[in-house]
Formats: sequence, C-alpha cells, structure tokens
Amino acid sequence: MSLSSGGGAGRLPAAFMTTGSSSFTEFIGAHSPELLPSRRPLPVGGMFEAPHGTTIVSLTYDGGIVMAGDRRATMGNLIANRDLDKVFAADAYSAVGIAGTAGLAIEIVKLFQVELEHYEKIEGTLLSLEGKANRLATMIRANLPMAMQGLSVVPMFAGFDLPTMGGRIFSYDVSGGCYEEHDHHSVGSGSLFARGAMKKLWRPGLDLAAAIRVAVEALYDAADDDSATGGPDLSRRIWPTLAVVDVEGLQFLDDDALASVVEQIVADRRGNPGGAR
Amino acid sequence: MTMPFYVSPEQLMKDRADFARKGIARGRSVVVLGYDRGIAFVAENPSRALHKVSEIYDRIAFAAAGKYNEFENLRVAGVRYADLRGYSYDRSDVTARGLANAYAQTLGTVFTQESKPYEVEIVVAEVGETVDQDQIYRLTYDGSVADEQGFIAMGGAGEQITAGLQERWRPGMNLGDALVLAVELLRQDPAGGPSRTLTATQLEVAVLDRARPRRTFRRLVGPLLEALLSTEDPTTDVPADDDPTPGRHDTLTGEGAPADRPVDPHDPDPS
Repeated sequence: MSLSSGGGAGRLPAAFMTTGSSSFTEFIGAHSPELLPSRRPLPVGGMFEAPHGTTIVSLTYDGGIVMAGDRRATMGNLIANRDLDKVFAADAYSAVGIAGTAGLAIEIVKLFQVELEHYEKIEGTLLSLEGKANRLATMIRANLPMAMQGLSVVPMFAGFDLPTMGGRIFSYDVSGGCYEEHDHHSVGSGSLFARGAMKKLWRPGLDLAAAIRVAVEALYDAADDDSATGGPDLSRRIWPTLAVVDVEGLQFLDDDALASVVEQIVADRRGNPGGAR
Repeated sequence: MTMPFYVSPEQLMKDRADFARKGIARGRSVVVLGYDRGIAFVAENPSRALHKVSEIYDRIAFAAAGKYNEFENLRVAGVRYADLRGYSYDRSDVTARGLANAYAQTLGTVFTQESKPYEVEIVVAEVGETVDQDQIYRLTYDGSVADEQGFIAMGGAGEQITAGLQERWRPGMNLGDALVLAVELLRQDPAGGPSRTLTATQLEVAVLDRARPRRTFRRLVGPLLEALLSTEDPTTDVPADDDPTPGRHDTLTGEGAPADRPVDPHDPDPS
C-alpha cells in the first residue's frame, strides 16, 4: 500500500480525507483498487484449477440461527485441505459461509468483515441486517467477471436481526442476486443432499441442541453422497465449523461439544446409514 | 493595482500558529491519562453524538480538541489508515506510531501549504500489553509530534491541567482515582475563579482497557461512570463483561443484569 501519492511527502492522500463515504470498499476502490478482489485485470487464457470449498448449511431455531460448514477444500479429484474453516463471523451478529473458489471467497469475506467494522467505527452504529446482506451482494456482483472465468464465489449470509429479534438467512447467486430464505438453506456441491436432509429434519421452533444436530446431520448426509464434502473425521478429530448467532451475538461451538454431537450421529447411523426414523 | 506586502516567513508562521492556537483555546479541554489497567480519556462534552474521543483500531484511540469538522475529518482518515493497514498486512501491524507519523505529515503540510491551518490538537494513544508499552502521542496544529509519558491535557485550559497532572498523577493509579483527578482538574476555572460542577452527563469518558481481547475501546456512561466518579462508591475499574443489552458493544453503562446482580421483580423495565 502506498501512502505517498498526496501533495506533501508522507501526507495522507486525498482519498483518506474525502468526506461522505463510510464504506471501506469505496475507499480502497478510490485509493488502492488493486486491493479489491474484483478490480484486478482478468487472466487471459483457459481455466485452471483452484481449491474449492464445498457445503454450507444454515437454519433458524427459536433463538436465532445456526450455520455450519464441512472442512474440506477440493481441487479436482484431490483434497486440497481437510481442516479449512468456511464459516466466519462477519461481525458480532452475523455469520458468513462460503462455497466456491476458496482463495477468492476468503478474500471477499475478509473484505466484508473490514467493511462492517469500518462502517461501525465511522458511523458509530451497526448496519442493519439487510444492509449487511446487500453489501455482500455488491461484492459478489463485482466478482461476476471472475465467476465467468470459473472463479465463482457463492456465499451464504445469516444473522440475528435486532429489530425483529429473530434469525434470518440470505442466499446469493453468482450474479450478485440476494434472496432471503426461510427456515433453512444450503449452498455448495453437497447442498442438494443437505437441503433434502434439512427438509425432513427441520421443525418450527427447534431448540439450540436440536438445531445443532440437524445442521451436523445435514452435513453428514451431504458428505455421504458428495465426494467433495468432508464427512466426520473421527481419527483426525476434525469436526465441522459451527456458528450460533443469537441475541447475545455470535459464538463458535467448541470442539468438545461438536465431538459429542458428531459421535452421537455416527453411532446412531451405525446399521442405519440413511438415518431413517 | 495593489502591490502585495512582503511578509517574512517567520511572521507568516507566527501568524498562522497564533490563529490556530486561538481557535484551539476557545474549545473545552480534553485529558488523556494512563491508569493501571489501560488508558482513560476524559472530555468535557455534553453531546452524545458528536464525539471528541473515538475508537481507531483494536488498541488505538483518538482524542481531539479544537474545531469539530477538522478533527472529525482527521478521525475518519485515521480509521481508513488503520483499516487499510490491517487489511493489507495484519491486525497486529497497525500501530499508533505509524498513525501519529501520518497525522504529523498531514498536519504539517496543511499548516505550511494551505490557506488556513487546522485548529486542532489531537492525541493518538495505544494501549500495550503492559504499562511500559503504552504509547501516547500528542500532535499539534503545525504537525509537531511528541511522545508523552503518562498523561496529556489539551484545549482551552490545557496548561493549568497539565500543571495539575504533573503534581498529582501517579503511575499505577486505578481508573476511579484517575477519573476523579481528571474531572477535578477539568472543573477548575483557568481564570482562577471558583470551580464549576461537572456531572457525568456533561462528560465524555472512554477507556482502552488492556485486559479486553481484540477491540479494547469502551465508552463509559450512566451509572457505571457515576460510580467511578464518586469517591464513596467502591467501584474502581470497568467490569470485565460487556453490557448484556443487544446491539453495539462499545459502551459500558453498568445497567442491565450482570449475572450476579439481583433482578427486581417489581421493576417494569428490568433492561
């Protein structure tokens, strides 16, 4: 980053002193556009393989939302990473999960996190949940040229809405469309199977423990049928990433709690691989 | 046609400095002082929305005296500087020293090159892991920067308050004592008249709390601030937990229900 493009040597450049915008993305778009994932010159030539993140699920429960993701990143037929976190805290009251090109997706999440904190510091107030969802949509929309080159990113955003005191889930498409989902949703390669599982398992007014179980079970079903989604890895003790967002804010479930949920599901599925009940 | 008068550079700089100093002296004072578990900021400011003290980054805060629109502009620039640095490198690479340098260059350039200098005086403070690592930088309208130990007072009555702090501030004071001292000095009349009264609602108080993880900046208001400012109340530090009320967790009020506080069943609005 350069700080020396202003009038006096070392002076903060004009973009820093411009009034009016509380958006970090707009600021770096004006000052150092090369830092924006969407403003880089597009590579010429064919497609190449980059690690891909796979399945994310999210569902509402009586206190807010749960979002969980498996830990695998794949590159073609290879496993690129087995303990990648794909669910992130966007801010104190929202979570974002990513599917698609892992490197680009993580960069977009990082930018999104700074964007929210930047707004909070400059304006002295939190963005509304829709406001956050729309900011993310803008970033995904800006990524369309990359998506057309095969580097697509499809996030899922969910959080606790303070005015309505409930959890809400938003899904996206590669062109930046933002859609509010009801009850539950899933993105990524294993999402068809996870969505099927959640259709059968989700109930209105689930409590937190039941919601955690539904999320992990949906990931189990996704991994069962989708080779790109990582299943429970009991020998390495790698568990899904699971975030809970309620009125008190966002928390990641710790490993011990996750281990007991996963072990219980694996035990229940012994001799009953589809989880029929 | 009028001929421009020759003005010597010394005279030009002196005029500009006098102009800026006069502007700053009209403003109310701000005190920044270290305490055993962090750095405290106390400003006389009845406004709840137009702040003189603000968060810049995880462990860095900003305080200013002088013209609001000018220091607000600098504050926003500082947040942009810090967030850009944190985004391109890492959160741990954002330092008060870097920010103070950028501010010094900016103020210095404005002072010499623009039609009017900024009528502001600012403090950039960073709370370290230990008291020895705390950094407090003072920046004046002409871009001079000073690395101060322990405390700074600026604004209208800055000099008198600094004299009082030199006499009475001690390293390792607790927050309660530090705030009581700061408010006592802010109340003094620089002209030597009787002290004014300053209540919690006329003050803007914030801390960088060394013990908090990640973002350490918290504003102090309401019953918590009153308790800290009262010499009878045993409260001497901020609570380790944030307010339980949903929303932005940058303000500690002492209201709400920390787990151990009994809830009055007859209270119609327990939050």
